[in-house]
Amino acid sequence: MTGSLQSLPGPFFGDFGGRYLPEALIAALDEITDAYAKAKVDPAFTDELERLAREYTGRPSIVTEVPRFAAHCGGATVYLKREDLNHTGSHKINNVLGQALLTKRLGKTRVIAETGAGQHGVATATAAALMDLECVIYMGEEDTQRQALNVARMRLLGATVIPVTSGSRTLRDAINETFRDWVANVETTNYVFGTAAGPHPFPEMVRDFQRVISVESRAQMLALGGLPDAVLACVGGGSNAIGSFDAFLDDADVRLIGCEAAGDGVETGRHAATITGGRVGVLHGSKSYILQDQDGQTVASHSISAGLDYPGVGPQHAFLADIGRAEYWPVTDAEAMDAFRLLCRTEGIMPAIESSHALAGAMKLGKELGPDATILVTLSGRGDKDVEQAARWFDMFPGDDA
Amino acid sequence: MTHLTTRLDEIRAEGRAALIGYLPVGFPTAERSIRAMETMIEAGVDIVEVGVPYSDPVMDGETIQLAAEAALEGGVRVHDAFAAVKACVEAGAPAVVMSYANPLIQYGWERFADDLKAAGGSGIITPDLTPDSAPDWIDVAKSRDLDRIFLAALTTTPERMHLTASAATGFVYAAALMGVTGERATMSDGVEGLVRRAREAGAARVCVGLGVSTGKQAADVARYADGVIVGSALVRCLSQHDDESAALAALRAKTAELARGVRGES
Repeated sequence: MTGSLQSLPGPFFGDFGGRYLPEALIAALDEITDAYAKAKVDPAFTDELERLAREYTGRPSIVTEVPRFAAHCGGATVYLKREDLNHTGSHKINNVLGQALLTKRLGKTRVIAETGAGQHGVATATAAALMDLECVIYMGEEDTQRQALNVARMRLLGATVIPVTSGSRTLRDAINETFRDWVANVETTNYVFGTAAGPHPFPEMVRDFQRVISVESRAQMLALGGLPDAVLACVGGGSNAIGSFDAFLDDADVRLIGCEAAGDGVETGRHAATITGGRVGVLHGSKSYILQDQDGQTVASHSISAGLDYPGVGPQHAFLADIGRAEYWPVTDAEAMDAFRLLCRTEGIMPAIESSHALAGAMKLGKELGPDATILVTLSGRGDKDVEQAARWFDMFPGDDA
Repeated sequence: MTHLTTRLDEIRAEGRAALIGYLPVGFPTAERSIRAMETMIEAGVDIVEVGVPYSDPVMDGETIQLAAEAALEGGVRVHDAFAAVKACVEAGAPAVVMSYANPLIQYGWERFADDLKAAGGSGIITPDLTPDSAPDWIDVAKSRDLDRIFLAALTTTPERMHLTASAATGFVYAAALMGVTGERATMSDGVEGLVRRAREAGAARVCVGLGVSTGKQAADVARYADGVIVGSALVRCLSQHDDESAALAALRAKTAELARGVRGES
C-alpha cells in the first residue's frame, strides 16, 4: 500500500462506487460535485461549518471512559466517542449542516431526504428550519410506525413527512422515492443524502462531513495517552463508521471494525449484514456489496434497528473490507440489545440501538484482546427514540411483569 | 445494422414515426405478458421494449412499479425476457430489452448479450446506466452488434449530449419530462428542442418517451421524432382488467389509437 488512505476522492474506491443513475440526475450530481469542490476550499464555507459545529451542534463531542461497562469487555479500557450528545442526538447533524449550507450555495430552496430510523430526517428538518429551507422527508411506512416519535419530531420542526408504501416500506424504498422526487424537482431541490453511500459525490462528501468524528477522537485519544488498539462503529450505510475511521486509516496498528446488523443471524437470511452476507452489485447509484438474489433483485434486510436496516453499504467500506484495512463483524439483534441494556445499567448512558451493535462488538473484542487493550467505540446516537422498542424487547411495560 | 435500426429507417422512409411499446415481462404472468406483446404488435406497435422487472425502479412511476412488483411476486426471472423477445421477433417486430443495471450485471454482460442475440433481440435500453458508466456493456455490445440505447434528458448538457449521441446506437431515448414514467395530461414544451439538440450532437435517430399516453400526444411527438415510446398507458390496460380478454381488448384499442397518432391520423 502506498500513499494515504485518508480522505480518498471518489468517484471510485478501488472497484467500488461510481455513479449509476438516470441521465436526468447527472447534471445535478455534477453541479453538487463542483459546488462541493469549491466550497471545501472556501473559508467562507468551512469557517461557517466550523462555527455551526461549535455553536449549534456542540462540538467537539467528548470522549467518555466507561469502566463499569468495560468490566464486561474482558477488562479492556473502553472509551466512547459521544456523538449521542450532539444537538438532535446523533452524528447525522454533522452531515446535514454541510449539505444544507451547500444547498444555500446552490441557490436551491427545497431539500428532500430519506430516513430510516428518523435520525437523518430529524437532522435534515432541523437544518432546514435553521436555514429557512422547505423540507420534505420520505420514510418507509413500516419505519414511520417503528419510529412514530421521530415522525412527530420532524413535523414539529416544520418538515413534511411522506410515508412510502411501495416495496418493502423501509429505508431502501424511501431512497427510491426521494430519487423520484428529485428527478421531478431538481431545479429547485437538493437531495440531502443521509449516508456515505449512493452516487458520487455523496460517499466522498458525506465522509468528509463526518470525518470530524475521527479527527477529534484521534487527538482526544492521543491526549489521553495514545492511539487505541481498535476503533469500532456500527455500519448501516456507514456514515458514522467512515467518519470514525478516516483519520485512523493510516495508523496501521489501529484495527478498524465496522459492526453490521446481523438481525436474527446471518445464517437465517434475516439480517442486514451486507459485507458479511452480500455480493457485489449496484444499488442506489453505486457499486458495493448488496443483499440480492441470484437475479440481482434486492432482498429485504432485517434488523431491530431501523437505522441499520438497509441492504446496501457505502462503497468505501466495501473497498476497506476488500483491501483488508477494516473488518466487518456481524452483530445480532439479541447481542445488540444485551449491550444496550448493559450500557444503560453500568454507565447510565442509553445508546441508540444502532450504536449498541458497536458496543456488542467491543464486548467481543475486549474479551479477545484482554485487559491491556484500549478500545474506542463511536456512540453514534442516543437511545431516547428507542425506548418503546427496547421496553417491548425486555418486557418492561406496566403489566409485562404480571 | 440491427433489426431495430433497419426497421426504424424503413419506417422513416414511410414518412412517419415508429410506435414503440413497452411492457414488463411477467405481468400479470410470463405467458400473458407475451400474449400482450403479440397483441400490441398485431394492433400496430412497430417495436417492442421488453421490460425486465426490478426491485428498485427509481425511474418508474406507480403504474410500472406496481406491475414490476406483481411480476416479481409471481416469480418472473431475468431469463424470461428472452422468450418474450423471441416471441416479438417471430411476430414481426424488432425487440429490445429495457433493464436497470443490476439484473444485467448479475446475469453477466457477455452471457446476457449472447442470450439476447440468440433470441433475436436488437439491443438494450439502460435507464440507470449512462455511457460514461457503461464501458463494459459498450464493449460487449460492439463485439456482438447489439444496440446500446442511452437516454438524454432535458437537463443533459451539450457536452454530455455529444457523449450520449456518439455512444448510442439504434436510437437516443429522449426523456420527454423531468420525472418518472407515467401518463401526463400535457407534454413538456422543451421536448422538440431536446430532440433537435440530440440530432445536432450527431444522433442518427431519436425516439421520445416518458409521459406519452394518447394518440394526440403521439401525433404531436411524431412530427419531430423518429419514434414514440409508450409504456404506462399500455401497462394500465393490463392492470385495469383481471380478465385477459378484456385486458387484451383494451390494449388493442389503446395501441390502435397510438398507431393512428404516429401516422398523423388522430
